[in-house]
Amino acid sequence: MFSLAKLIKPALGLLAGATMMAAATSLAAADDTHVVFVTHGQSGDPYWSVVKNGMDDAAKTLGVKAEYLAPETFDMAKMAQMIDAITASKPDGMVVSIPDAAALSGPVKNAVAAGIPVIVIDSGGSKLTHDLGGLLFMGQDEFQAGVMAGERIKALGLTKAVCANHEVGNSSLDDRCAGFAKGLGVDVPVMNGVIDPTEMKNRMIAYMTAHADTQFILAVGASGAEPTLAALDEMGLAGKVKTGTFDLSPTILQAVVAGKMEWGIDAQQYAMGYIPVAMFDLWKKYKIMPIADYPTGPGFVTKDTAASVIDLAKQGKR
Amino acid sequence: MTSQAHDQPAVVATALPAPHSSMPSIGSLVRRPEVGSLIGMIAVLVFFSIFGGANFMSAGGAASWLNVASELGIIALPVGLLMIAGHLDLSVGSMIPASSMTIAIISGHYDQPIIVGILAALGLGLAVGFINGVLVIRTKVPSFVVTLATLFALAGLTLGLSIILSGSTSVALKSGPIAKLVLGDYLGGKFQVTLFWWIAIVLIVGFILNFSRFGNWILAMGGDAVSARNAGIPTDRVTIALFMSSGLCAAFVGMSQAILYNSAQVAAGQSFIFNSIIAVVIGGVLLTGGYGSVVGIVLGTLTFSIVNQGIFYTGFDANWASLIIGVLLLAAVLMNNTFRTMALTYAPRTKSRVR
Repeated sequence: MFSLAKLIKPALGLLAGATMMAAATSLAAADDTHVVFVTHGQSGDPYWSVVKNGMDDAAKTLGVKAEYLAPETFDMAKMAQMIDAITASKPDGMVVSIPDAAALSGPVKNAVAAGIPVIVIDSGGSKLTHDLGGLLFMGQDEFQAGVMAGERIKALGLTKAVCANHEVGNSSLDDRCAGFAKGLGVDVPVMNGVIDPTEMKNRMIAYMTAHADTQFILAVGASGAEPTLAALDEMGLAGKVKTGTFDLSPTILQAVVAGKMEWGIDAQQYAMGYIPVAMFDLWKKYKIMPIADYPTGPGFVTKDTAASVIDLAKQGKR
Repeated sequence: MTSQAHDQPAVVATALPAPHSSMPSIGSLVRRPEVGSLIGMIAVLVFFSIFGGANFMSAGGAASWLNVASELGIIALPVGLLMIAGHLDLSVGSMIPASSMTIAIISGHYDQPIIVGILAALGLGLAVGFINGVLVIRTKVPSFVVTLATLFALAGLTLGLSIILSGSTSVALKSGPIAKLVLGDYLGGKFQVTLFWWIAIVLIVGFILNFSRFGNWILAMGGDAVSARNAGIPTDRVTIALFMSSGLCAAFVGMSQAILYNSAQVAAGQSFIFNSIIAVVIGGVLLTGGYGSVVGIVLGTLTFSIVNQGIFYTGFDANWASLIIGVLLLAAVLMNNTFRTMALTYAPRTKSRVR
């Protein structure tokens, strides 16, 4: 004889336990400011973890309830559905990244139409933000940042370069590569990689083996830069093949200090997490909102300045 | 003789005992394969209605999880039929971006009429499904391995060809008003039109599984493929047809996403691989095949979607969402196992007649 209760009780117990763990993290008062971030980058990513740290620190300091949401993989349909769900849940403010304008414009417009104030961070740009009815854009002009990177490498007299893209389909990263090619003044091939660091490293080793004349590698984010550094170390090319990257991490900064990397382009993404929370809190309490965009980058962190930033990067602030 | 075998397969897979009276008893209803899923769905709906507040059950709230359910459901139905027949299709994860990029490149990048893009996208789905089916029956390699191979092959093909043909991994698409209305729009500003396509596909698949010879064949194949073949069931043709339907439905979802969101990316859709299997398993379908129902798959899809979207309304830390889904899956399987055992061991009592 089998017993229904014997099987279902532990299952329901597990479900109840999981639910209580989730519920325990969300005991905010109803009158707290409620801000939701919906981005395309997972909170475990080296770049986006800093955004989330900024959000968490601001929420803790100001007594605001803030949530960070992102699809498990780079998926615009999933992200659009998340924005729709958050719109229906009616937070006091929504912070979004817009890596694909065509896919996300509709859901963001709907959020604005539903009376939810929206701040756009990281990707999307100023014009799109205001076209959609967003309050302001925080971030950097990715194409222009790429141009500046290309010009720096051109000044070193290098022409054979590759752009390592770890997140295929993200138009902001495509802009970085395109800007870099323009700044360098030559066609730059794009090596399409993946988020997984081991796979990314292996692809970079294969690419460099096949293209041994490559003089410079531009990584378009920390998730591409760290495996690239590991690949060059493994091949004995660290410091010989020059590299640069968008975004910072402790590993990147140590590589810059050690001369294995030319620079890291700092978008100051901690501010992208912190400042919108503070802005929405001011907006809810006093109807105060800045009237201009907030450019956070690009800033080139070189050997001269990297050492002073390493400790902050280890704390997840840079 | 052969035609008779076609009509009446020797294998009867998990057929439930016929009730003795015209009115089904509570006991016999409880032993239906989808009862576990129904209880699960009601439980999560009540839970999120309480913790999610009024917003969760508002039109916008309901739309947010019904929209997810409709896209997932369109894929889960043929995947469910495949699982009932004893197969798996993992390639749906690559079929979605492949069809999205196909329509976007043809009708977006190259400005061809939208109907050309639609036909090409759906044709690609059928072709990939056909290849999957043929490989499974010809090589005798398990469908898990075959479709895992096509998952990677198709992803590589999509990425490579997208860059060659459009120079980009993300392509914008502007479709005409008719295509938009029929395939990728919000009705009332909230509900995706795919919701109605899902309902239509549910009715079609429900009819096939419950009222057609083909449905009997699917169940029989899952119960015992060798016996089914010996009974004269065209197992090869059924297998190919099922894989083609899976490819077609995945292509349809990818295509409708491209029309709805006005763009396509090469990296989208990977979450559908496991989400569709989770929805089907929550719906009471056995991974080993031969057991399951369309109603169960629908309920499993709804349950998964409610949990997946409901977490955003509760204020719970969304980092725990995957934990809840994992535990829900385990709970659902345990519950479904219990109900299945009840169904298979159920012998209705007959009243002893006093002489």
